[in-house]
Order: sequence, then C-alpha cells, then structure tokens
Amino acid sequence: MPVDHPLVVISKSGSKRWISAVDTAARKLGLKLGMPASKAQAIVANLTMIDADPSADAAALERLALWALRQYSPVVAVDGTDGIVMDTEGADHLQGGEALLISGLVNGLRGRGLTARAAVADTWGAAHAITRVTSAETTVVPVGGVAKAVTALPIHCLRLPPDTIHGLRVMGIETVGELSAMPRAPVTLRYGPEVGRRLDQLFGRMAEPIEPLRTPELVEAAKHFQEPIGAAETIAKYVRRLVGELTAKLETRGLGVRRSDLVIHRVDNIRQCIRAGLAKPVRDPARLSKLLCDRIEKIDPGFGIERLVLVAIMAEPLEERQAASSLIEEPIVDVTPLVDILGNRGQRLYRVTPVASDVPERSVMRIGPTADETGATWAAKWPRPSRLLANPERIDVTALLPDQPPAVFTWRGKRRRVRRADGPERIFGEWWLRPREHAAVRDYFVVEDEAGERYWVYRAGDGVDADTGSHLWFLHGVFG
Amino acid sequence: MSRVHSPRVIEELRDRIAHLEGGAAKKAAVLPFGVREMDERLPGGGLAYGALHEVAGGGAGTVDGAAAALFAAGIAARSKGKVLWCLTRRDLFFPAIAQAGLHPDRVIFCEGDKEEDVLASMEEGLSFGGLAAVVGELVRLPMVASRRLQLAAEKTGTMGLVVRRWRRQTEASDFGNPTASTTRWRVSVLPSEELPVAGVGRARWLLELMRVKAGECAEFELGACDAKGRLCLLPHSANRPDTSTWKGSRAS
Repeated sequence: MPVDHPLVVISKSGSKRWISAVDTAARKLGLKLGMPASKAQAIVANLTMIDADPSADAAALERLALWALRQYSPVVAVDGTDGIVMDTEGADHLQGGEALLISGLVNGLRGRGLTARAAVADTWGAAHAITRVTSAETTVVPVGGVAKAVTALPIHCLRLPPDTIHGLRVMGIETVGELSAMPRAPVTLRYGPEVGRRLDQLFGRMAEPIEPLRTPELVEAAKHFQEPIGAAETIAKYVRRLVGELTAKLETRGLGVRRSDLVIHRVDNIRQCIRAGLAKPVRDPARLSKLLCDRIEKIDPGFGIERLVLVAIMAEPLEERQAASSLIEEPIVDVTPLVDILGNRGQRLYRVTPVASDVPERSVMRIGPTADETGATWAAKWPRPSRLLANPERIDVTALLPDQPPAVFTWRGKRRRVRRADGPERIFGEWWLRPREHAAVRDYFVVEDEAGERYWVYRAGDGVDADTGSHLWFLHGVFG
Repeated sequence: MSRVHSPRVIEELRDRIAHLEGGAAKKAAVLPFGVREMDERLPGGGLAYGALHEVAGGGAGTVDGAAAALFAAGIAARSKGKVLWCLTRRDLFFPAIAQAGLHPDRVIFCEGDKEEDVLASMEEGLSFGGLAAVVGELVRLPMVASRRLQLAAEKTGTMGLVVRRWRRQTEASDFGNPTASTTRWRVSVLPSEELPVAGVGRARWLLELMRVKAGECAEFELGACDAKGRLCLLPHSANRPDTSTWKGSRAS
C-alpha cells in the first residue's frame, strides 16, 4: 500500500461508526479522531478504512510491553489502551542515561515500523500526559520539574472519564494549571474524588505504584515475610532459597535463565529491583545466587522488606548435556560464569577480532566476550605499535619529500633526533566505503630516536600531490 | 658453626620456610622464559603461576606502558588458556599484541571506569580459576590490594600480571613502594638491533628484575618478544653506541 494513501481505522458501536485512528496522510486531509465514518468518506474519495480490533490491539500492546520488560526495565505495565509505562529508576544507567534510554526505545520501535513518543518524568501521570500531548518524540522532565512541565497541558490528558472532562470544559477550565488552582472541595463535590486523586498522582503527592506486567509464561518464585527483614545475611539466605525454587520450576519446563529480576517490596511501598543477565541460559543455583547476592549491598532495606519476588524474565530452553570427558584432551574452560559476574557489575566485556581494513584504527572490531571463536588474526607482517593513540597527535618534523623518513621531530614538547627509520608503508583511504577518502593517502614510518624509543608516525599525503592529504605529520602509536 | 653442617641446615631451614609460606603444595608450577640466564635467577626456574607479577616501563614507558604491555602479552602468550585483560584506558592496539603470539580469541577484555573496577575484576578473574593469566593495567597498587590479588592467585594457580603505568613520568617513583607481588620487573627500551642495512631491527629491552621473593635482583639485555612471545638474550656488543644516554634518561 502506498505510504501517502490516507488510511483510517473505524470503530463500531451499534450502528454508529466513527474514526478511532488516522495516519499522517489522512490527518493532512482534515480527518480527525471521532469523526463519523460517513463524513470522512464524503471528504476523501476512496479512503481506505480498516475495522478496529481492540482485542488484537491489546494483545499487540502486551507483546510490546513484554519486549520492553525484557529489554529496558524490570517494571513495565500497559498504560491504558495506547501506551506502556515503565519504571526506569535504576535501569536507565544500563542504556547510558534517561535521554539515551528513551531515544533508543523510540528508535528501536521505529525500526519495527512503529511510531512512538516517549517521556521520562517523576510521576506516571506526568509522563502519561506529556507523551499524549506534546509533539516531541522524546521528552525528559528533570527531577522536580513536573509542576512546571504540566501546568500548560490540557485537562484531557489527566486520565479522567470523558464526562468529567466535558463538565470541566463547560466550566471553562482548559489546562491542568487552572484545574489545580481551583478550590478542591467544590470540584470534589461536583465531580467526585477522582479529579483530586489524578491531580495528586500527577504532581507526585500521592504514590502510584506500577504493577509490573506478568504473563503465565514467566516463571517466578516469591516469598512473603511475616516480619520485615533487613539484614544482608537474611536477604542473601532468602535469595538463595528463592533461586532454588526458581531453578526447580525451570527444570520441570526444561528452561534456563537468561535474565532474571529480583523485585524487593519494602514495607513503605517502595519497590527496588536487581537485574542479573547471563550470557547463556543457566539453571545452576550457585551461579545465579552469586550474581544476585553480589549486589545485595545495592539494596536499601529502609524500614524492612516484606516481600521478595524472583522472576525469570527471559528464559530459554536449556538441555542438560553430558560433559565430554577425555583423558588426553585438555578440558575447555567455560568462561561464561566469569563473564556474567563481571558483566553484571557494569564492566564492559569484549573480545577483539580483525577487520579487513588497512587503516589501523579500523582494523580492530569489538565482539561479544562469548562470541564464537573465529581463529582469524591480523595478516600484517609489518610491526604494529602496542599503544595506538585515539587521536593522532601533530608533530613538527624535518623531513625530505617525497618519501624520506623524518630526521628530527618534536612530540609533546620534546625534540627527538631519529637514528633509525623504516618506511614508508603506504595506506590508502577506503574510497569504496567512504567517498571522501577517494585520494587520501597516509605514509607510515617507524622511527627510533637516540634513546631507542620507537614511534609510529605518518604523513597525511603522498608527499607529491596535495589532493592526497595535508602533508602534515602525525604521531599515531608507540612501540613496545 | 662448622661449615660441614651448613648445607643440610640451610636445606632444612629452606624447607621450613617453604612450608610456612604455604607454597609447598603447588611447587614447580612455573612458566619458564626459555632463556637460561633468566630462569636461573627465578626460584623454581621460571615465572611462578599462582602469583602476582608487576611490570612497569622505564623512561617514557612509565606513561605509555607500551613495552610493559608487550612483555606481559608475551608471558600470557606462552601460557595455555584464556586470558582476562582488565583496563581503563583503551589505547591498547591488539594487532601488536597478536604479533607477540597472543591470539585474539584467547583474550577477553574487561573495561572499567575506575581503577577500583580493574582491581575488583582482576580479583574475580584470579579467583575464578580456569584462566591462564589475568592482566591488569593499573596506576596505583596499594599493599592491601596487591595482597588480595596475590592470595586470590595463590588459591587458584592463575598468574596475575599487573602492568603499571602512570599519568606522568614523575609519578613513577610510586614503583618503589612495597607491594605483595612475587616479582617486579621494569622494561626499558634500548636502541634496536643493528641491521647491515638502513632500517629498524628487532626491538631490544633492558629488563630489570627489581624484586623477586627468594631470589636476587638481576638485569638482562634482551631481544623483545618474537611471534611466539619468546624473548632471547643478546650478546653484549662491545661497539654499542653510547649506552650512557639511555642509562641517564632512565635514572631521571
């Protein structure tokens, strides 16, 4: 179907048919939400109309929420009929901060063909309102900035019943700011307590916990405490017990954990989460409890913990395999437990692998620490420096053109006389990937000064043709 | 005391000391350098597994740690198994490390934001077992931290290698402070091997064994790591150009 063809979704109730969703092309033609279907057909000839399927929409939204639960945050729930709400507290740093988290989320959804708007705010109500009213794709409301951000918003984003909204409009109240400035008692008398509650939730005066989405497929183990617990040893003891329960449940289904969340419910109705990810599906209680107990010091028990829930958010089939036993061969050590421990502490783990590129800084690629072994290594016979500067540094050089190594160079304020040198090793720009490098050339030299220190220097350009580079000299690496 | 008894007495005392040090059970787990003169100087005839070893560069190498990293890579290359390399700065260029014989498939990098992360990751790696060596690039190595690493290494028999590199050359005096590591090395670059033609020959190092438990300090002039991580001893060349310059620069 062509993209510029107008498309609307039609909802039905009895014999009444109206538009419940429009695409950009249809909006440009003047079609609006709530418009009767017959009127829309009158405005736009051969309009494509699709019957709404609320149950399929809800199912799709739940699938989306489940995806977000696995990817972004341990506490995710479906928000109304058209949104997802998630608690990013303690989960944003994994994506590099709040702004990066939501822009990554929106981009990820766009990659799946979905347009989304996202906002991060102190309260559920504020985030809900901002995403539904502002046109910006991502909004981050700074901590404590809710009151300022929402005053100008219209009242229909307050999650109130349509009748109440209509009634308030009749009274001449259009924005959240106006409504919150009204005396509370008459408003409550006329429209019920819902208006005050929503306002309090919006401004964070009333807690609004998010009940995380759970599906029957998720395996979980929970423990309620008669008396709230708080000591680290006690928490560790019960975490181990929960892990035992969880692994036993997983075993009956033949699954292994890839990602698990420990949700800690405090007596003061505050929820904390510890998420542990694993490189491979695992069902070993010792490994899993080590990962979780490793971060017990991150838990703030406050006045005590009344409930611990351990969920296997992501589980994959795990088959028990017989360990290959051999008397001659050396056992292959599985490093995934170590990778899991370090990775869950927030260390960046990676291996490197060669890339077929002559440009030194592009010849190394990072891959996952448990990626398959390729056996490939760098083919270059020429010596390479063991330290490569991220940005080549300018050096002042006395050298003969076109292809003589420098005789003297000054790097970081120190003048060095070159005793021995090798080169040039000419490296061409990758014009087949980057058109700008069509003529670019670097001539690399290995130079050794009087003290025996060896450096990798290059001249941008071939020494003859000015198109090939600036003919400035740079120091790119230090040899060991 | 008569001199006739002394060898036996000394032997006995050595046994007792070894027993006290607790290393008796895991003796002989060493990685020889393959250079006789070096292995003779090290107790057990090589670099001990299950111990912490410190390497630093000399001169400008205190800041870039290029030669020290290559030296550590050569040792790791000659060991068998996976290697964990913990660092905070990302200027290590792996093609050079691969040229010292360490295959990229064998090395898992662990990049942290702070020095403490490197220490914690190293300890975790050492106590994991199953790794051949754990390399860490560190500025500071306090006594307590080094003892923890040494103990973790002793427990599993994994070799710990600390590449010390500082932000400024003047900070390198820190290398004199005591740590619990078993050996301490300093690698300084020497003018490379003379070639009959113009060009840069095999790199040469002045390797100083500054400290070794139950052994004596020594200095070696060596040819740098070859493609399999091996070093080689170089004959002293009588007509070598003025060595006083690099000796002087090292002392500064």
